Amino acid sequence: MVKVADVVDKLNARVICGSGDMNQEIQFGFASDLMSDVLTIDTENLLLITGLNNLQTIRTSEMSDISFILFVRDKKASEEMKELACENEITLLECGHSMFRACSILNEIGLQPVY
Amino acid sequence: MEFKFEIEGGNFSKAGSASSEVKKILKQLNVNPKIIKRTVVSLYEAEVNVVAHAFEGNMNVDIDTDKIVVKIEDRGPGIPDIDQAMQEGYSTATPQVREMGFGAGMGLPNIKRNSDQMNITSKVDVGTELEIINYFG
Ligand SMILES: Nc1ncnc2c1ncn2[C@@H]1O[C@H](COP(=O)(O)OP(=O)(O)OP(=O)(O)O)[C@@H](O)[C@H]1O
Ligand SMILES: [Mg+2]
Repeated sequence: MVKVADVVDKLNARVICGSGDMNQEIQFGFASDLMSDVLTIDTENLLLITGLNNLQTIRTSEMSDISFILFVRDKKASEEMKELACENEITLLECGHSMFRACSILNEIGLQPVY
Repeated sequence: MEFKFEIEGGNFSKAGSASSEVKKILKQLNVNPKIIKRTVVSLYEAEVNVVAHAFEGNMNVDIDTDKIVVKIEDRGPGIPDIDQAMQEGYSTATPQVREMGFGAGMGLPNIKRNSDQMNITSKVDVGTELEIINYFG
């Protein structure tokens, strides 16, 4: 289990929108730019790590009950994406690391792979 | 209860809005969250398929006390070989669709996994009709 606060701290990430509860704990991580693959995952309590910053990233998370999204490679969420994320109580984070670096750091602090 | 939603071909900024409405309704009805997820993932895959592969379509939703029946019909190129389309990895998606994060050929098999019943019929150069049924119990 990893606290949102630790993700923010270790990755030097910014919280773009969300409940503000930094003590929420996340168990699993899944990294992909392909929403087709994300939609096949049925794990609960998941952080989606992605470089795909469009509205479908948020829609996919809404349908899949994913509550945490981390954008890597300095990809920025648009206003429209933020609005849709807030509406669905999804926490959005942004960081400047590559996907590989972000994943290795997150794994080190205890985030688990789905498979 | 019956609902009907329009789906615009090619419009990725609206893709998912019909499925999102259905999710809100099912939540209000206190349907089991696992069944909601299975259902809306199926609907979203189907909705994105209309946006990605067809010209226009609609989603007809019929919610009963024990089940939800959804028909997604579109006007479009149709599917020449449904068995082939049902295989994981088969996709004719354009580069634009791939840029949006889709086109892995996972959608139809994923709908099959996430629905209790799935019926698909299609006519080349006319369109495709997909029926998804999920039981609440
Ligand atoms: N509504 C439709 N109209 C026309 N062709 C379709 C339709 N739905 C699916 N197809 C065809 O079936 C193929 C497989 O569909 P499927 O949903 O499994 O994968 P995809 O949409 O290509 O990619 P993904 O769903 O993984 O993003 C499509 O590439 C397309 O050729
Ligand atoms: Mg598809």
